[in-house]
Amino acid sequence: MNPRRKKRLIMTSSILVGAAFATGLVLYALSQNIDLFYTPTEIVQGKGDNEVKPEVGQRLRVGGLVVPGSVRREGSGLTVAFNLIDVGPAEITVEYEGILPDLFREGQGIVAQGILVAPNRLQASEVLARHDEEYMPPGLAEALKGIEHVPPSQQNYNQNNDNQSNDKNNGAEEEGSGGGYDR
Amino acid sequence: MIGEVGHFALALAFAFSALLAVIPLIGVARSHGGQMAIARPLTYGMFIFTLISFIALVWGFLANDFSIAYVANNSNTALPAIYRFTAVWGSHEGSFLLWMLVQASWAAALAVFSKRLPLVFAARVLAVMGMIGVGFYLFMLLTSNPFERTIPLIPVDGRDLNPLLQDPGMIIHPPLLYMGYVGMSVAFAFAIAALLGGRLDSAWARWSRPWTIAAWVFLTLGIMVGSWWAYYELGWGGWWFWDPVENASFLPWLAGTALMHSLAVTEKRGTFKSWTVLLAISAFSLSLLGTFLVRSGVLVSVHAFASDPTRGMFLLSFLGVVIAGSLLLYAIRAAKVQSHSRYDLFSREVLLLGNNLLLVTATMVVLVGTLLPLVHQQLGLGNISIGEPFFDEVFMWLTIPFAILLGFGPLTRWKRQKFAELRNSLLLAMALAVGIGFALPWIFADVISGLAVLGLILALWIVFTTVAELRLRVASREHKWPALVKLGRSHWGMVLGHLGFAVMIIGIAVVQNYEIERTVRMGAGDTANVGGYQFHFRDMQERQGPNFISDSATFVISRENGKHVADVVAEKRFYTVTRQIQTQTALQVNPFRDLYIALGEELDDGSWAVRIHVKPFVRWIWAGAILMAIGGVCSLTDKRYRLRRREEKKARKQNAAEAS
Amino acid sequence: MSVKTRTLVLLTPLVLFLLLAIFLFKGLFSDPTKLDSALIGREVPSFELPDLYQPDVTHNQEIVGGRPMLINVWATWCPTCYAEHTFLNQLLAEEDVYIIGLNYKDDSRGAAVRWLQDLGDPYAINLFDFTGLLALDLGVYGAPETFVVDAEGIIRYRHVGDLNERVWRTEVGPVYYRAMQESGLEIPEHRMELVE
Repeated sequence: MNPRRKKRLIMTSSILVGAAFATGLVLYALSQNIDLFYTPTEIVQGKGDNEVKPEVGQRLRVGGLVVPGSVRREGSGLTVAFNLIDVGPAEITVEYEGILPDLFREGQGIVAQGILVAPNRLQASEVLARHDEEYMPPGLAEALKGIEHVPPSQQNYNQNNDNQSNDKNNGAEEEGSGGGYDR
Repeated sequence: MIGEVGHFALALAFAFSALLAVIPLIGVARSHGGQMAIARPLTYGMFIFTLISFIALVWGFLANDFSIAYVANNSNTALPAIYRFTAVWGSHEGSFLLWMLVQASWAAALAVFSKRLPLVFAARVLAVMGMIGVGFYLFMLLTSNPFERTIPLIPVDGRDLNPLLQDPGMIIHPPLLYMGYVGMSVAFAFAIAALLGGRLDSAWARWSRPWTIAAWVFLTLGIMVGSWWAYYELGWGGWWFWDPVENASFLPWLAGTALMHSLAVTEKRGTFKSWTVLLAISAFSLSLLGTFLVRSGVLVSVHAFASDPTRGMFLLSFLGVVIAGSLLLYAIRAAKVQSHSRYDLFSREVLLLGNNLLLVTATMVVLVGTLLPLVHQQLGLGNISIGEPFFDEVFMWLTIPFAILLGFGPLTRWKRQKFAELRNSLLLAMALAVGIGFALPWIFADVISGLAVLGLILALWIVFTTVAELRLRVASREHKWPALVKLGRSHWGMVLGHLGFAVMIIGIAVVQNYEIERTVRMGAGDTANVGGYQFHFRDMQERQGPNFISDSATFVISRENGKHVADVVAEKRFYTVTRQIQTQTALQVNPFRDLYIALGEELDDGSWAVRIHVKPFVRWIWAGAILMAIGGVCSLTDKRYRLRRREEKKARKQNAAEAS
Repeated sequence: MSVKTRTLVLLTPLVLFLLLAIFLFKGLFSDPTKLDSALIGREVPSFELPDLYQPDVTHNQEIVGGRPMLINVWATWCPTCYAEHTFLNQLLAEEDVYIIGLNYKDDSRGAAVRWLQDLGDPYAINLFDFTGLLALDLGVYGAPETFVVDAEGIIRYRHVGDLNERVWRTEVGPVYYRAMQESGLEIPEHRMELVE
């Protein structure tokens, strides 16, 4: 084999090996880190035509409305628990230790990410609400389409029973990095 | 009145861009010098009218002209004047006007500094800038007019600016980021002009290199400021979240970084020509893609009623025309280009190729991670999200070969390098890196984290190989120091850029592995011990701001031995007009660690949930980015890029002759 | 490599981009409201709600079914409902469409009654859902929304946004009249085209 051929062979094969390695890495990392989105009803009754229920111990995201009156602090620590609902009647309980996002309110649509610790109980590592008042988490908007709709005249600031308005006008798009979720 | 002026100026700017897109190219086709030369005045016209339009909107904000809908939606009389100014780019329409101003400024700068270029080439480049302008101005005029009126129902007061944006970081973040995004359009215009002309030579690379570096510097700083802003403003202590909006800015940065390095090869060695052109097209295409993703609502906010498909449709069509058109042109023209240069397996060319491949892989990974949820859902496979760990994991693996190659690259000669010549310096660098990488955590930290050690070794490897490279450059000289100074700004730019990367890796490795985060329940008078510091919650006061009321908590921070460090204030603000709550974090900073306090919610008994972080070396991440940007600026001031009077005169004379 | 093969190789980025563009295009038009509601094909959830005019009269799920009907979600604070109201009146007057009104979280009972007195009442039965309970069960996203229910009480279709001539002719009307046809009920002459 002449040196030029040999060089080309080495280059091509090392690029191929590198590409294979990279693809493998990406696929492996993906398989570990894809979180499926569920609604509370789907967790309780199963998702899709085959009614596949998530397994206890699975990592997932769930989106729903915080059931009014269900938010409670447990013990003297910072653990908080609340219920999520979508079309009903199924509800699941979310436990979270830490600080809830600024926009977390009862009746508000939120997304929680975490591990299912019982068939209807999620240990959340993260609770997301959106900074945009008129936001509905994307997954939620599709699966659920139900959210409390409050007449503008009833909107008032009160952290305990404030409701979210979902006016049909365009919210300001946030620009720049980091804009988006509130944890 | 001012609204009409702004709107009209915008329409005029559109007209100028349309003429700019057409006339110079006709001139080129007919070899008509005058028609080519008119590109410059047209560019200036486009810039001036965009500026007038922008000033009109600024004026509207400063004068609280709520007859302009955009002002009414994003400002308020109680808003401080400086934020009334920055509110100009607080939302979609205005930020797009800023984008256009930046685009027109780049075009104008090109017109000013392109006098050295052959007239035909300059005319083509400016015409491409005009074409990009046509699409964007049309987008503004048709779908996002910032001067729309509220007549006849003019509101008495405005709805106020999103509180998150009422912050100094937000004053500079969007302009810097847009300078970077749009700056990539210059490299793109050069690439397209070169393809149109059918000449992909090293002259093209030399001309477009400083522009690419300049855009890259802005993009680097823009992303850095955004990360810094998110860190202290969002109150969750993270500095990068792999959020689609962030990824949208990171994609062109990765492609731009690859482009910068590839341009070096094309300029110096005349190889990788078609690859470089592809990167130039990709960098700008990714900027456009990012704009589309952020502004169409495909990924970020799928609000059923808000997703007005016309905007997204327009952007997507524009994206399709620009990207598909340029890629087609690329396939046809670049196929005829042949590279003749020869190089060995161990040569700087191959190492830079490796760097490029890794950067492109990283780009693909971010692209896949960002778009896979969309594709997955469109295929009917359900709704998914891809977590941060995916990106973290893949990027960690990609950084290892990248940093190793980065150490080799500058030491290696073009064409051919004998490994034996470098063996000793490389072995020394490796030994030092491994030794110190283990020693530092062993001395300073209680536990040794494997990943932190790995990060330190990689960073130190870069530092020591960089030092070795500098030594090598002056090895044959008698007077080492003067020789070092004479190395050239471009060389020092590279050194600083690489060191900046090393500094950033150190920051990331240490903060990811040694940060301490505690959430505690605290009332006034309580003290918490976190990471060797005492945080004493002194008192809670209510405070009235211009457009908000706030609960301000004062914390006294001291060392565990009682030595006082600082008093800091953390706030929970309620913005009265927008009815939004916002957390203001308390920060106490030194170069080696940040103390970070965020106030959570008030609990039943009057105590508060408080989150305290001790974040070692977090500043190094941004310091690294700044160092990289300084490196870029340093390269820009290199002798080669400064105006060479004589050459410029010659070119001017020649151009004048062609024009007449 | 010949120029031709090189061109083909260099076309790869273009092909990749076009593939991506298809997904972006589809993503742009995947309107969440268009996706089937979880309730389509199911029975209307059970409820117990007071009448709008008479607070002491309550209705339950038994008023639903027996014949095809529309359930229209509305409120006085909703400007789109105002625009829609004229069309609903017209549906009753010209086509005798059976509509149940679901007044959704209104400011007050009085306001809702006054609205119907001023603008006309197209509804056969008026439900007053002050807390939004039934609306939550139905997965109502906002007002106005309209559900088509067949004679079995099964939800056949859901429309988000206002009803108007175009929507009625192209989307909602055909579903309603097909249900009418199935139950052997009469369809007005000028709407026969909708079921053909």
